[in-house]
Amino acid sequence: MKRWAGLGFVAPALGLLLVFFLLPTVAALLLSFTDFDVYTVADPSRLRLVAFGNYERLLHDDRFWTALRNTLWFVAVAGPLSVAVSLAAALLVDAKVVRGRAIFRTILFLPVVTTLVAVAVVWRYLYHPRYGVLNQLLGAAGIAPIDWLGDPKWALPALALLAVWKGFGFNMLVFLAGLQGIPERLYEAAALDGAGRWQEFRHVTMPQLAPTFLFVGVITAIGYLQLFAEPYVMTQGGPADSTLSVVLLMYEEGFRWWNLGYGAAVAVVLFLVILAASLVQLRLQRRSVA
Amino acid sequence: MGAAGVGHAGGGGLIRAALLLVVVAWAVVGCGERRAADEPLTLWAMGREGEVVEQMVPAFEARHPGLRVKVQRIPWSAAHEKLLTSFVGGAMPDVVQVGNTWVPELVVLGAPAALDERLATSSVKRDDWFPGVLDPNVVDGTIWAVPWYVDTRILFYRSDLIPVAPATWDAWVTALAEARRHGGPDAHAILLQLGEWQPLVIMAMGRGATLLRQHDCYGDFRNPAFRAALAFYVELFRSGLAPLGGAASAANVYQDFAGGEISAVVTGPWNLGEFAARVPSSVQWSTAPIPASQGAPPGPSLAGGASLVLVRTSPRADDAWKLIEFLSEPAQQIRLHELTGDLPAHTAAWNDPKLADDPRVAAFRSQLDALRATPKIPEWERIAGKITQFAEAAIRGTMSVDDATTALDAAADGILEKRRWLLGGCG
Repeated sequence: MKRWAGLGFVAPALGLLLVFFLLPTVAALLLSFTDFDVYTVADPSRLRLVAFGNYERLLHDDRFWTALRNTLWFVAVAGPLSVAVSLAAALLVDAKVVRGRAIFRTILFLPVVTTLVAVAVVWRYLYHPRYGVLNQLLGAAGIAPIDWLGDPKWALPALALLAVWKGFGFNMLVFLAGLQGIPERLYEAAALDGAGRWQEFRHVTMPQLAPTFLFVGVITAIGYLQLFAEPYVMTQGGPADSTLSVVLLMYEEGFRWWNLGYGAAVAVVLFLVILAASLVQLRLQRRSVA
Repeated sequence: MGAAGVGHAGGGGLIRAALLLVVVAWAVVGCGERRAADEPLTLWAMGREGEVVEQMVPAFEARHPGLRVKVQRIPWSAAHEKLLTSFVGGAMPDVVQVGNTWVPELVVLGAPAALDERLATSSVKRDDWFPGVLDPNVVDGTIWAVPWYVDTRILFYRSDLIPVAPATWDAWVTALAEARRHGGPDAHAILLQLGEWQPLVIMAMGRGATLLRQHDCYGDFRNPAFRAALAFYVELFRSGLAPLGGAASAANVYQDFAGGEISAVVTGPWNLGEFAARVPSSVQWSTAPIPASQGAPPGPSLAGGASLVLVRTSPRADDAWKLIEFLSEPAQQIRLHELTGDLPAHTAAWNDPKLADDPRVAAFRSQLDALRATPKIPEWERIAGKITQFAEAAIRGTMSVDDATTALDAAADGILEKRRWLLGGCG
C-alpha cells in the first residue's frame, strides 16, 4: 500500500520526464539512424534506415570538427575563467570589511537573470568596431581597433567574455554558499598558528572549497559544452565558422536545413561527449573524497 | 537559454532539442489550424523589404476595399528555418517572400501553388519579366513563384584606374594587372571573398559549365569548363591580383576601394547605395557587366533575387494573388526601388528615368539579358558550400586544382545520393 502511495506521488513528475525527456531522447536516437530530411517532410515514405551512415558522415565532416574544436576551446578557456572570476567575486562579497554586501550580490547576479537576447544587443554595441566602448578604451590606450565579432581570431574570445560575464553570478552564489559553510574555528586555528591572509586562503579556504569546485566545474563545463544562444544571437556561427558550436551545428542541420537524421546524430554525439566529461569529473570527485 | 553556460539549467539544450523533436513530430502528424476567411491577408517579408513593404500596403488596400494586409517582418538570418518550420506546423501565411534559390525546395515540399493558370488570365504576364529572372522560379516547366526583385552581381570598378570596362577575360586580367601597378606597393586589384561561391560560379558559367550532370544527379566539376574556371580563379589569387586572406578585408572593402588597394569588386545592387555612401565622392567609380570568356559579352551572371510565393493551402488564394499582382506592377516595382534600391524584375519598370538614366544602374540592365540560374534542386546550397571549401583549399595550395575538382565531385555525388535514389536511377 505504502509503496503505491509513493509511486502515486512521483507519477506526475515521472510522467512528465517520460513524455518530455525520455521519449524525445529515444526518438532522437532512432532518428539518428535514418536519413530524415526535407524530402521526408514532404512524403514519409522517403525515409530510409541508414544505420551508422550519419555518424560516418559526421566523422568526415570538417564543419563538425570545427564545431567540436570551437566548443572544446570554449570549455577550456571560458570554463576556468568563469570559475576564477566567480570565486574572486564570491571572496569579495563575502569579505567582512565590505559594506552593503547584499546589494553587491544582487548586482553581480543581475546578468544571470537578464535575457540573453537583450544582453546580446547591448554587447554588440560594446563590440562595435568603430563606435564600441571597448575599442574606444583600446584607442585611448593606443591600441589599434579590433573587429571583435567580425574577425575570426577574436569572435570566439569575444563570445567567451560575454558568456563569462553573463554566467559568473550563478557560480558566485554557489561559491558563496561554500565559503559560508567553512567553520570559523578553522580560520581561528590558522591565525593562532600564525598564518597570513594568503596562507589562510591556500590551506583553509581552498581545501574546504574542493567539493564546491568540482560541482561548479561540472556544471560550467556541461553548460559550455551546450553553447548555443551566444553564437546564434551574436554571430550566427560566423565569421568563417569561427564561432560555430556543436549545438549550433545541430540546430542548423536539423532546423534550418531539416536534415533531422543528421542533426540527431550530432545531438547523440554531443550527449556522449557530455557524458564522458561528466564521468571524468565524477571520477575526480571520488578520488578527492577518498 | 540553458546553453548560456550556467549550471542552473544544465542539460537544458538537450532537453530543449528533444522537446523540439516532439513538437515537430506532432506537427508532422498535422495539427495545423486554418485561419478564418475574414482575417487579413498575411504577407511574410524579409530583411529590408519587410521594413518598407508596409508603406506600399495602403495603396493596395485602397484599391481593394475590404481586403486588409498584415505584414510580418522576418530577418533573413532566420527566414529559411522559419519557412520550413511553419510549413511543417501548418502555419504558413498567404504570401511569402523567398530567396529564389529556395523555390526548388519548397516545390519538393508542395508548399507553393502553381501559377501558370493564374498568369494566363492575369494583368501580369510571364513575358513581363526578364526570362533569366523568371527562370529560377520555374521547376519542371511550371511557374511556382513570381519574381519580385533581382540581385545579380556585376563588376564595380575604379574608372580612373581601369579606364575602359573589360569585355573579355583577357582584357579583364590585363586591366587588373595595370590597375595594380598604379595602386602602390601593397595594392591588389580585385576583391574576391573566400567565403563566397558566387564569383567562382559566375566564372564557371561563363565558361559554359553546368556544374551538375545527368538530371542534376552527379557533380560535373571535373568537366574541363569548370576546371578552367577554377584555374583562372585560383590564378587571380596566386598572381596577387586578388588579396588572399584577411577576413578583415571584407570590412574594409569601401576603404580599400577608395584607397586604390583594390580597384574592382564583383558584387550586387545592394552595394550601389553602400558605395555611394561610403566611398568619397572624389573617387571615380563605375559598374560594368561581367566580362565574357567566350562569345559575345556580357558573360553570364547569377539570377539571384527574391520571389513571391502564393501558399498552396491559403484559404484566400484569389485575394492573395491580387496582392502578388499588385506588387508585380511596374509602378510598385519602381516604388520598391525607391524605398530599398532593389532592382525591378519587371521589364517595363526599367523604362523609368530613375533607372534608365543612372549609368551605374544601367550596367545591371545589360546584365539582366545574360543571367543563369543555379541548379534547381534542394541540395544546391549544400553543394555550393563545398565549392567554397574546396576552392579555398586550391587557392591556399593545400590541394591542386585537379584534386579539388575530384573532391568536389565526390562531395556532390554524396550529397545527391538521395536524389538519385528518389529518381530511381537518373538515366
